[in-house]
Amino acid sequence: MTAGKEAGPPVTDRRTAGWRAWALLAPMLAWLMLFIVVPTAVLLVYSFCERDELGRVVYTFTWDNYQRAFDPIYVRIFGRSIGYATLTAAICIVAGFPVACYIGRAREELRDRLLLLVMVPFWTSFLIRTYAWITILKQEGLLNAVLRSLPFGAGPLDLLYTPVAVMIGLVYAYLPFMILPIYGSVEKLDGALIEAAHDLGAGPLRVFSSVIIPLTLPGIAAGTLLVFVPSIAMFAITDLMGGARVPLIGNVIQNQFTQARDWPFGAALGVVFMALFAVTYWILLRFREREEAAG
Amino acid sequence: MSRLIFPFLAMPASPSTRLRLSSGLRVSRFLLGSWTALVLAFLYLPVLVLVAYSFNASRLNVLWEGFTFGWYRSVWENAPLLQAARNSLVIAGVTTVLSVVLGTAGGWLLHRYRFRMAGGIETLTAIPMVMPEILMGISLLVLFATAGVPLGFTTVVIGHVTFSFPFVLVAVRARLRGLDPALEEAALDLGATPLQAFWLVIVPCLRPAIVAGALMAFTLSWDELIVTFFTASAASATLPIRVFGMAKVGLNPMLNALSAIFVVVTVAFVAFSAYLKRLAR
Repeated sequence: MTAGKEAGPPVTDRRTAGWRAWALLAPMLAWLMLFIVVPTAVLLVYSFCERDELGRVVYTFTWDNYQRAFDPIYVRIFGRSIGYATLTAAICIVAGFPVACYIGRAREELRDRLLLLVMVPFWTSFLIRTYAWITILKQEGLLNAVLRSLPFGAGPLDLLYTPVAVMIGLVYAYLPFMILPIYGSVEKLDGALIEAAHDLGAGPLRVFSSVIIPLTLPGIAAGTLLVFVPSIAMFAITDLMGGARVPLIGNVIQNQFTQARDWPFGAALGVVFMALFAVTYWILLRFREREEAAG
Repeated sequence: MSRLIFPFLAMPASPSTRLRLSSGLRVSRFLLGSWTALVLAFLYLPVLVLVAYSFNASRLNVLWEGFTFGWYRSVWENAPLLQAARNSLVIAGVTTVLSVVLGTAGGWLLHRYRFRMAGGIETLTAIPMVMPEILMGISLLVLFATAGVPLGFTTVVIGHVTFSFPFVLVAVRARLRGLDPALEEAALDLGATPLQAFWLVIVPCLRPAIVAGALMAFTLSWDELIVTFFTASAASATLPIRVFGMAKVGLNPMLNALSAIFVVVTVAFVAFSAYLKRLAR
């Protein structure tokens, strides 16, 4: 049914790699081993170490860091981080899905132009885009200036350094990351399926829930991965928009490696986060694969 | 931080049957269009406000007190910022070159030869693209600390190359998949050595992918904050690190000007990429 599937890779007679090919690939493999595999292993080792009074790492074996990581304080922070990330992903889906649909169904010139419009904020440094909101949200900022000038005299809102500001920052930063993958799915959607559903008597709502949503699930899953995982640990946005008042797990980890100088504990939190990330990734990837196999 | 998305964008978009709207969905089209306009306004207004305020004479930022280029001048006269910009340029430049070499060679080899444990190797090359940046940052930090490597330019470049080169590799492989294998065979039949065939035939064919990958590597490196945060020293601090430090303290009209420059450069960059894509078509 989908037209593009048969354009598979051309059949190459790939040669079995001899020692020369291995030798040429060696620099890349060495790089990945040295800077991905080994550091992860070192992090794992650190998470079982202790630190002395000066913050130096003492090589021993202890579960203390993990016990501390599952202390109610940190469990709450993990929970809050997941909550914020979930809410961010949900808002991005609700706000981004219609946009992706519109772009995916627009005429070609309009579509290219709209895509470009989504790409520009996507490429613009998130730091600058977050900073823009400080100008707007701070107490003597633009939003309050506008509110004050309104005739019915709305009181000034103290939004910066609140959870609301953190949410605005996260959604603002990650919205394009939701729109683009969903657009990818919408673009592949076969219009004949929607028409068939219509002809068979399905109303717009039914078409949406039984045809459009299931067929764009791979895009939604990809978008969720792109929004959910980074926003769990995005310490820069929570720092800028939340002050130090709304710490998420990223801020706690960062703090262990900077001010607190408790690297082993930071490493343990990092390992827990890595496990969380791996599980999320695995689930969403399974989901995508299944949907794609079915589609 | 934009790097996470590329594995998903790199998928070939298949040309599909054009969606025709049936009457029931025509109403919703207007609603969708309005919503899209709203969302785009949400995405653009804050940035436009920032650009507008970069010309505002007022220090306090809110009330308009006249037009000035003064903040741009103070950016230009701010030595630490300029130093950071130079650092960023050097780091992004070196990162781009190394990423192109590693990514092109890796992409070609993985495409051309059957390696034992190829699946494992592919997973390994995909990990840097999806790994959360904070994890890459702290694990590199503990590695450098354990190995006794002082933080500096080299450590930043190592981090940046690690997450950049897989994107070049993906771009190169996507291009290779569409390339006729007979090209290389013809070169070999005509007496070229494998190295000549690669250098004189394959690389020129790969040029669009290499350029696209290089642009991507440069941007990823130029924008990166989190990994850099853990791997840079004070002397090798990049522009995003300095901007983060300044923004944390609060508002600074100089940052508006700097941001405006960034935005203009980004727009130019996206336009240039779109232009390249059109050329390639």
